[in-house]
Amino acid sequence: MLDVSVAYNRYRFLGYEFLTWVWFLIEKNHDKLKGFDRELVSLDIGNRIVLENRLNDDLVESITIRGDEADLKEGMLALRKGAVATQLNLIYRTGSYEWRFSIKGENFSIGNLKFPETAPLESKDDAEAGVLERIYLYEKAILFVDTMFKNFVQLRISEEWDKEVVPLLKQWIHEV
Amino acid sequence: MGILSASVSITRYKVTGKLEEPVLQTIADGLRRNMITDIDNEASEKAVGWTSFEYPFNPNFEGSSFVMGAYLIFSLRIDKKAIPPKIVKKHHTIEMAKHLAETGRDRLSKNEKRAIREKVVNDLCLRIPATPAVCDLIWHMEDASLWFFSNQKAANEELETLFSNSFQVNLVRLFPYAVADLMLNLSESDRQILSNLSPARFTE
Repeated sequence: MLDVSVAYNRYRFLGYEFLTWVWFLIEKNHDKLKGFDRELVSLDIGNRIVLENRLNDDLVESITIRGDEADLKEGMLALRKGAVATQLNLIYRTGSYEWRFSIKGENFSIGNLKFPETAPLESKDDAEAGVLERIYLYEKAILFVDTMFKNFVQLRISEEWDKEVVPLLKQWIHEV
Repeated sequence: MGILSASVSITRYKVTGKLEEPVLQTIADGLRRNMITDIDNEASEKAVGWTSFEYPFNPNFEGSSFVMGAYLIFSLRIDKKAIPPKIVKKHHTIEMAKHLAETGRDRLSKNEKRAIREKVVNDLCLRIPATPAVCDLIWHMEDASLWFFSNQKAANEELETLFSNSFQVNLVRLFPYAVADLMLNLSESDRQILSNLSPARFTE
């Protein structure tokens, strides 16, 4: 791999484009998301979106939309002006279970991950089982993100990206 | 931040390099050698080291206490003494006045002021207990991946340094390009395409 810090900065856009694409799928192509996880009930935007518009090398405009059921019009407007999503809060549901977490496009750090409720721990044996259960729950959300990202990368390096995906994203961004 | 917290933050890493055999012994030795030491009654302002997941304030790495199923679980502890600047300033001013009175002089050199300040900070450090911050980690040996339960830049930097010093293997943070390059089993030609990518434009 390239030098880590060079790769981190040069390809920062990959994470931003990935999140923008995920937002597009949430709005326009839920069926594709179901292909990533056959247990998926829904994937929704949660209570926070951060967008960034790099106007030139020194000037970066940042837009944050917060709040449950927030109006995303401001975000769409920012996309229309050339911004990309740099952070999304997602609500991921499978069966009757729900995960909420934020993901940063720049470094893929997962923040504020809330997961389905687990039984209280009462003994030392419970603690080990509790930890393994937590690992399973964290892994489930992480695996879903990884599966989406794997599909994104395959698409991003294919001819389909420029020919089909970018026009669809443009259409979504610019529709009234 | 802990594995069992009500909500968690996770930074993901790939462990690169080869651990010396026997692996568990190498890890146990690295943990013991770099275990956190208590600085409550010492002049140190900060200590960084490993601690046990189960007993973060009484670390013990005997046997394979850090192994849980297919995972290695332990914690990074950062103890810091945060002395409010105003307290430092107060004691510095008092000590400087005392020094002037004792020597009968009316001013101190820059070096004298600095030396007095260092002594003040050391004396205060002896009296102030350290505030601990514990961040758990899960190391999955089979796929050489690691989850660190903090997104804080300083904690992640401490982790990367201590991990490399303790086990002689490195942590590569799994940012998007690293995930694509290290985790997706891309062919050589696909990797070439990936490395030639430039940002897309979604505006008309």
